[in-house]
Amino acid sequence: MTYAPEVRERLETDAKEIIGRYPRPRSALLPLLHLVQSVDGYVSDDGQEFCAEMLGLSKAEVVGVATFYTMYKRRPAGDYNVGVCINTLCAVMGGDQIWAELSEHVGVGHDETTPDGKITLERLECNAACDFAPVMMVNWEFFDNQTPESAKQLADDLRAGKEVAPTRGPGRLCTFREASRVLAGFPDGLAADGPSAAGPSLEGLKIARANGWEAPKAEGSEK
Amino acid sequence: MTTLTPVLTDNWDVAGSFTLDGYGEYEAAKKALGMEPDAVIQAVKDSGLRGRGGAGFPTGMKWGFIPQGDGKAHYLVVNADESEPGTCKDIPLMMANPHSLVEGVIISSYAIRANHAFIYIRGEVLHVIRRVQAAVREAYEKGYLGADIFGSGYDLDLVVHSGAGAYICGEETALLDSLEGYRGQPRLKPPFPAVAGLYASPTVVNNVESIASVPSIIANGADWFAGMGTEKSKGFGIFSLSGHVTRPGQYEAPLGITLRELLDMAGGIREGHELKFWTPGGSSTPIFTAEHLDVPLDFESVGAKGSMLGTRALQIFDETTCVVRAVLRWTEFYAHESCGKCTPCREGTYWLKQVLKRLEKGQGSEEDLAAITDIADNILGRSFCALGDGATSPIHSSVKHFRDEYLKHFEIGGCPFDPAASTVWGSK
Repeated sequence: MTYAPEVRERLETDAKEIIGRYPRPRSALLPLLHLVQSVDGYVSDDGQEFCAEMLGLSKAEVVGVATFYTMYKRRPAGDYNVGVCINTLCAVMGGDQIWAELSEHVGVGHDETTPDGKITLERLECNAACDFAPVMMVNWEFFDNQTPESAKQLADDLRAGKEVAPTRGPGRLCTFREASRVLAGFPDGLAADGPSAAGPSLEGLKIARANGWEAPKAEGSEK
Repeated sequence: MTTLTPVLTDNWDVAGSFTLDGYGEYEAAKKALGMEPDAVIQAVKDSGLRGRGGAGFPTGMKWGFIPQGDGKAHYLVVNADESEPGTCKDIPLMMANPHSLVEGVIISSYAIRANHAFIYIRGEVLHVIRRVQAAVREAYEKGYLGADIFGSGYDLDLVVHSGAGAYICGEETALLDSLEGYRGQPRLKPPFPAVAGLYASPTVVNNVESIASVPSIIANGADWFAGMGTEKSKGFGIFSLSGHVTRPGQYEAPLGITLRELLDMAGGIREGHELKFWTPGGSSTPIFTAEHLDVPLDFESVGAKGSMLGTRALQIFDETTCVVRAVLRWTEFYAHESCGKCTPCREGTYWLKQVLKRLEKGQGSEEDLAAITDIADNILGRSFCALGDGATSPIHSSVKHFRDEYLKHFEIGGCPFDPAASTVWGSK
């Protein structure tokens, strides 16, 4: 199978823009693989062939890179990549229980997709939101301070096609393909959505404000 | 008493802090571009700023290693691949205050005479990537990036590059390989990136928080920055409290603050519980216990007590937590993230995982304790990069502080702890 001409044309236009950002073309490989996922929903055989062609690499070189990184899916995945952090801190705070109950509820395990093609479950390593533990990520958006109940509700809502919103992020959740396009470097206009910071991110600042604590003034500064 | 010193976090409670309107003009960059590049490097040297990504290498000195007048392209690469377990400061910083980073990139690139800079962000944080992309776009539109910035004749292009899921890419040479479009595997050093980095050209790789601190140093002066912190660990940093504390979160304070002081501000350990163990700087830093509550959190003091300041990622665990379970999960992480290049790390983390699983189930023996210590000894210092070394930290430190708890597991033939008691809802 190869891409339909109009898909191929669009891919080439985008790929040329990506390659143009870098002093050397090969640096474009990671974003190009994200671009392929934005069209195919995974790193397809055609997609790898396409990357190789665009960069003058062998397909083996592309496959060697694509298989190194966990965000590149090697077979078709769901519209929603639902991850539960099971690294130590989140696991201890409840992530293990969330994973066990969610996996049983949805009926699939790690890196498996529901038969309706909606959800792929993933056991995640630390996603840099430890102060919001236990943390889940859907299509790489934050779903903070989760419980087994909220996790199952989230999965049910996603499968029922209901609108769900991340706790820190845009008002609506993108699909996996849409998210991949942003990762390839094509903004979706949602950057201004959501708060500057929320919850634990602001705890220290709130205490500083309440006590009138500030960084020292610079000498001769009016500020 | 040490008090908090919000600088990088100071605008996080402002609506739209992530836009230029919320951040303000790039006054520090304007000032820097009116200075000699060497004077900018000197100011950062004088400030005493040390890398905020964990290793604590003096930032100005790193910049000074870049050969000048060599006719080669120079590059600045920001390491925004924050993935160390427990570390969660750069992600909220880039979400709320991306312009501090972009302004820092302009000043730092100018100082090292780079005309091309990259921000390598881990891919698994979509909204953070959106915010940084938008900040860069805004800076271009204002003429703060691109050609002839502030009419100074200085040109700079800045690319936001998303990673694709690999902890190892937080290691600077693996990051460079990844940015060049290869598997993210560490390079043997030397040569260091300052001599042969991106595309074999002189390159500075700095952490997000290091670069974001630079505008405040240029704006307020090196003395202002050096006036905070301790003699050898100057300035402020973001301390990230997570786990069994009443108010987890981000606390920006001078280096040298203690966990006891931070816990006082954070409402202490969660109600009805007590501190059991904690990491000062992420899972790769040896664990501490309640006896270390008053250790000043600066590079020297934490090092003198046998751990590392790392990224100030304070993961706090109370007495409900099984230390063997915690160490097993960290070990599984290192085994998962080992890039496979070096045999001691690739094989050693695999075998550590097997033995620890047995120990946690209470099916181990005292020889297994000797085995994990021995395996860890054979990983430490024997791989290209620090991932393998990091994997040994939880092993050695937990056996040192909690040997009896390991023994208890095989005495009773199982884990003496109830995992439900450690959960957020289990405490209620």
